[in-house]
Amino acid sequence: MKDLFPRGQTAIVGAATYGIGESPGFSNYDLAAHAAIRALAQAGLKPSDVDGLGIVVMDETLSALNFAEYLGINPRFTDNCRTGGSSFQIQAGIAALALAAGQCDVMLIVYGSNQKTSTGKLVSSSRPSPWETPYKPMRPISGYALAAARHMHQYGTTKQQLGEVAVAARKWAQLNPDATMRDELTMEQYLASRLVADPLGVRDCCLVTDGAAAVVMVRADRAKDLCARPAYLLGAAAETTHREIACMPDLTVTGVAAASRRAFAQAGVKPADVDVVELYDAFTINTILFLEDMGFCAKGEGGAFVSGGRIAPGGVLPVNTNGGGLSCVHPGMYGLFTMVEASQQIMGICGQRQIADVDVAIAQGNGGELSSEAVLVLGSAATLG
Amino acid sequence: MSEIKPEIDFFAFLEQGRFMIQRSRSSGSYVYYPRVAEPRTGAMDLEWVEASGQGTVYSTIVVRQKPPTPNYNVALIDLAEGPRMMSRVDGLPPEQVKIGMKVRAKIVRENDKAVVVFEPA
Repeated sequence: MKDLFPRGQTAIVGAATYGIGESPGFSNYDLAAHAAIRALAQAGLKPSDVDGLGIVVMDETLSALNFAEYLGINPRFTDNCRTGGSSFQIQAGIAALALAAGQCDVMLIVYGSNQKTSTGKLVSSSRPSPWETPYKPMRPISGYALAAARHMHQYGTTKQQLGEVAVAARKWAQLNPDATMRDELTMEQYLASRLVADPLGVRDCCLVTDGAAAVVMVRADRAKDLCARPAYLLGAAAETTHREIACMPDLTVTGVAAASRRAFAQAGVKPADVDVVELYDAFTINTILFLEDMGFCAKGEGGAFVSGGRIAPGGVLPVNTNGGGLSCVHPGMYGLFTMVEASQQIMGICGQRQIADVDVAIAQGNGGELSSEAVLVLGSAATLG
Repeated sequence: MSEIKPEIDFFAFLEQGRFMIQRSRSSGSYVYYPRVAEPRTGAMDLEWVEASGQGTVYSTIVVRQKPPTPNYNVALIDLAEGPRMMSRVDGLPPEQVKIGMKVRAKIVRENDKAVVVFEPA
């Protein structure tokens, strides 16, 4: 059947973060509520206006019920999708269908985590695999390290090229007052950093932080009354390829390839039309894999593509302009933060790191160990019609 | 065995010193990890067969530990029969395990459980 995604019929009109870094004393839902109220306030809305809710937190399978209760609302559309860090992109894609079909009028997608100050480490929400546990993989880094090792073997990608991703993310973070890691990171420091699961080291890994994020979606006819520059949803697609890394068909090709092909077709855009790219950089190899899979360069050429500061401030393609999971924020699941940053870039409210005249922005999410990939294409009003 | 109980059967065989994978009678394709139905086709005609134990390293990493705990290897092994499995290559330092290396399965006991690992072929 023909793809009937409702291109441009819905838009993000509020997009906010809260509590990035350390926010001791707050629960996951406290942090999520702070972000939600901020995002709603941008659009002049309050919780009682919300009739569609999407949320997932690390440690509660029924989190949408908890959070509806917390906000004191009775959503008629509730989405508790759990695909890891891609959940929020998938929720936005489904929300576009629900909004377009009149199943809700105001959709709130929200996330919060206090993992840094409550436990100090990544909170696991999965049962260990009996087929992997005997080998003591250090999950999730082991899965990404296996992908990096294979990419290096197959395409000659170098440690230095992985370092280009980390250094670029840090340079963006230095332009973002909310980012957690804003000290300078040089290539020398990167190369000298401690190895964790060769070939990946500590500076290849996303942060462990607290933080919350929220976006508010409405139908396009209402969007311009609530937001000066709404971020219209032009395309949304996802692909699941596996759960455990041993079952990933090809460790150098992710589900982003299929998902972005469909999302770009829905949106009617190609890589050359994209002004800013927000990727789920749980590890440095992600950025290289996802840029290749989206078609910004050929498969295997991602290492060269990111080199020489090409994705850093002033480069040819702005990637992860908030500093990413590597240097800005990573509270267990990061997917919603790419959506906030992409939306804010279209809204033109990113301050020092604002890219001029953003019309097309990508917000990608990744779940599991390169297992679930989801891609949103967001556009300004100029992309409609 | 009349009815396959994938996880229980696999580890029971392993305790007997046998590394077993599955094969579909209709397609002839091999399956690991074990399941009740063949992936994609849904064929319910899976039978247990002894793995050849021959494999090739598809990818490999070194998991670093705080000294004096030794670092260790985690690898993905492409079995000669087709499926890929997570395992470890023993018999050489973890950083000397290389992609493309031919390896052979062996069963070792760890924490009082039988585990399939590999060594250079």
